Amino acid sequence: MIGYLREICSGTWSLFVGLGITIKYFFQPVVTVQYPREVLPMTPRFRGHIELVRDPETGGDKCIVCGMCQKTCPSNCIIVEGEKVEGAKKKALTRYTLDFTKCSLCGLCVEVCPADAITFSKDYNLAGLRREAYVFDLKKRLEERNG
Amino acid sequence: MSAFAQTQLKETFVINLGPQHPATHGVLRVKLVMDGEYIVEAEPVLGYIHRMHEKMGENRTWAQFMPNTGRMDYLHALAYNHGYVAVVERAAGIEVPERAEYIRVITAELNRISSHLLWFGAFVLDLGGFTPLLYAFDDREQILDLLESVTGSRLTYSYFRFGGVYNDIDENFVPGALAFIKRLRERLPMYHALVTKNIILRKRLEDIGFITPEMCRKYGATGPVARGSGIDFDVRRHEPYSIYPELNFDVPVYPKGDSMARYMVRMDEIEQSMRIVEQAIAKLPAGPVMAEKVPKILKPAKGDYYHAVETARGSFGIRVVSDGTNTPYRLKLRSPTFSNLSLFGEACQGMLLPDALALMGSLDLVIPEIDR
Amino acid sequence: MSVHPEVFRLLLFLVGFIAFAALNAAYLVWLERKEAGHIQRRIGPKEVGWFGLLQPLADGIKLMTKQLIVPAGVDPVLFRIAPILVMIPAIMGFVTIPFSETLVARNIDVGLLLVFAFASVNVLGLLLGAWGSRNKYAVISAARVVSQNVAYEIPMLVTVVTLVMVSGTMNLTKIVGQQMGGFWHWNFFNLTASPLMPVAFLIFFVCMLAETNRAPFDMAEAESELIAGAFTEYPGMGFGVFFMAEYANIVIGCSMATILFLGGWGCPFGLYPGLHWFLLKMYFLIFTVIWIRWTYPRTTFYGLLNLSWKILIPISFVNLLLTSAMLKVF
Repeated sequence: MIGYLREICSGTWSLFVGLGITIKYFFQPVVTVQYPREVLPMTPRFRGHIELVRDPETGGDKCIVCGMCQKTCPSNCIIVEGEKVEGAKKKALTRYTLDFTKCSLCGLCVEVCPADAITFSKDYNLAGLRREAYVFDLKKRLEERNG
Repeated sequence: MSAFAQTQLKETFVINLGPQHPATHGVLRVKLVMDGEYIVEAEPVLGYIHRMHEKMGENRTWAQFMPNTGRMDYLHALAYNHGYVAVVERAAGIEVPERAEYIRVITAELNRISSHLLWFGAFVLDLGGFTPLLYAFDDREQILDLLESVTGSRLTYSYFRFGGVYNDIDENFVPGALAFIKRLRERLPMYHALVTKNIILRKRLEDIGFITPEMCRKYGATGPVARGSGIDFDVRRHEPYSIYPELNFDVPVYPKGDSMARYMVRMDEIEQSMRIVEQAIAKLPAGPVMAEKVPKILKPAKGDYYHAVETARGSFGIRVVSDGTNTPYRLKLRSPTFSNLSLFGEACQGMLLPDALALMGSLDLVIPEIDR
Repeated sequence: MSVHPEVFRLLLFLVGFIAFAALNAAYLVWLERKEAGHIQRRIGPKEVGWFGLLQPLADGIKLMTKQLIVPAGVDPVLFRIAPILVMIPAIMGFVTIPFSETLVARNIDVGLLLVFAFASVNVLGLLLGAWGSRNKYAVISAARVVSQNVAYEIPMLVTVVTLVMVSGTMNLTKIVGQQMGGFWHWNFFNLTASPLMPVAFLIFFVCMLAETNRAPFDMAEAESELIAGAFTEYPGMGFGVFFMAEYANIVIGCSMATILFLGGWGCPFGLYPGLHWFLLKMYFLIFTVIWIRWTYPRTTFYGLLNLSWKILIPISFVNLLLTSAMLKVF
């Protein structure tokens, strides 16, 4: 009998405590960010899709077309092609294609590149209508960024 | 099995708890044979998200398998990363520098806290309380921001490498982690007052869903499911790896075996993980985060190697058979949730359907990990 | 031939009640979503209109433009009549409720009884609708709702009987009249009649939550046998009508709680009684109903019935005995 009454009293008290907690949070400011109108900055190490790094001396890319990134990618999403240019030590890059529909952002390509030619970008707002829009031509993107 | 369910077999019907779930379990199908309100038989049907990770392991080089480890149990991905790199380091004989070990443990324990916070929110959501989920996600967001500033990813981490970690922690990590721990310590009493002591929740969890220690041993259940039934087994304590022998923490064990015991085990584990992170941050040494001579193309010696780590769901074991080439010959992943789910068929006989759903929530299932 | 002014007045009230119920159904949804949002540290709807105030309009348009699918094999009469059967008692319940001293449709001497009589009928509509849907999950869920409603009618009515004993009348306007003049006259604080009066208010409130199938007692709507429960087969506006009836029932329940326990349209400090105080108190109680929904998890069906039969009914009977003893003695 006493246990029954005690359980009723403690149970009812726990219900009131719960109500007190939620009403306390009702009056506190919201913690959400209203996304399309307020945008949060990405951290420096955020992993977006990869980008070619601009070489400050030549203004182009730093890629030596060794093909290590293509070999090490677990998902086979990188295609690198280059050609030998007379009078230059390294091969010149003609095509660098990233199939972002398969990329898992593991970072093995960035890590293994001996020339530090690729890095993660900060792009996350990638919405599109066609699958082909996600096969990025990184060389063309570098030229567009150069101006 | 309740006496009621034993005397039946008059009129049972089959209900399908279909692959699409209103909760965050994943794609799990359970065929329930029910007699009115009581469950007579339950048979989980798996395989809806089988992605053949083990076969992929045979076709990729050792380094190329890293992203797969983060995608099995995406809620505690760093522990799976840890298990894989630990077994390959054991196979290839690579020594990991101390700073890297400490960073591994700190990030993996933070990931464990975030996994338990998500479990807590989703469990109470299954039971009908919508609000604690959002409070838990508020805290979890802090962890995700911390780990994003270190690793670059928020959920499916591919951060560990053979011989260390990918990059060092940045300067905001240690103050951020300590601030987070202080904040979560202040919020945990709020969770206990709002949810744990709530009479409605207690009525739904106490004395419901008993799992006996014999059942755990029979099906090989580990982790909070076994510790909630009184079995004192934690891989970090009984098969220690990395720097866990140097850290001081308790392993919560509750002998009762009902859903409330499993709930309390996980809530206490959050507190213990915070203790581990504090101690590890205090002892964090300076130094390199990557071993010196890790060959670019790894070819471990021929043999059969096994390593187990303690994840949020139990003991994750990984066995590699190496034949000396640059791809594994066989990669076997022992999923803790698979064993935990196997006892569902026996444990829920004779239970009411809402109680069985509460039991399933307390097992902390992540189906992509079962199906791999 | 001239129309009797009383008929005219009643028609006006009827239209007013339908409009009030409809407006409440629409904007209580808005209030619920905003309140749930702020409890969960986020804002609720904000895009459609200023502060999301046009959101109920958008939801209404969506519901109305959905195709009214009548599944094959349903009972043609029951399926179509059930939403109406649920809506009519919800509107009729407003007839005797006094919103202020002069604003009452019909000031009947048994007004209290009439409200509860109408409230009991809406369960019938739900059961008929579920039965007519020819869906076994709907029938199971509706059977649960019926037993839930029956179980919670008893403590509610016992508490109301206690109150009638204290007030000596069933006329709602007179009951409020006895509580005018400041909050210490309210029945909630009327401890000379019975020391368990606040407990009686709590019991009434909990029973009101259970009668209207509101969380934490909402097995009929959410999670019942994994599907939508009693309304599974009702598309678009059919569901919308059930929904409106539920919110109208919440409004009636909160109005009754205000009238019986919190002094109706009286000011807490005895100054300017009027319609505004009634609305304020009623909306405060509705805020509390929503607040409770978003704080607690759901009870199981057996827990619900145990709560009623093993806890609420004994306590309400004890209250009844205590009140009658105190009335006899003092």
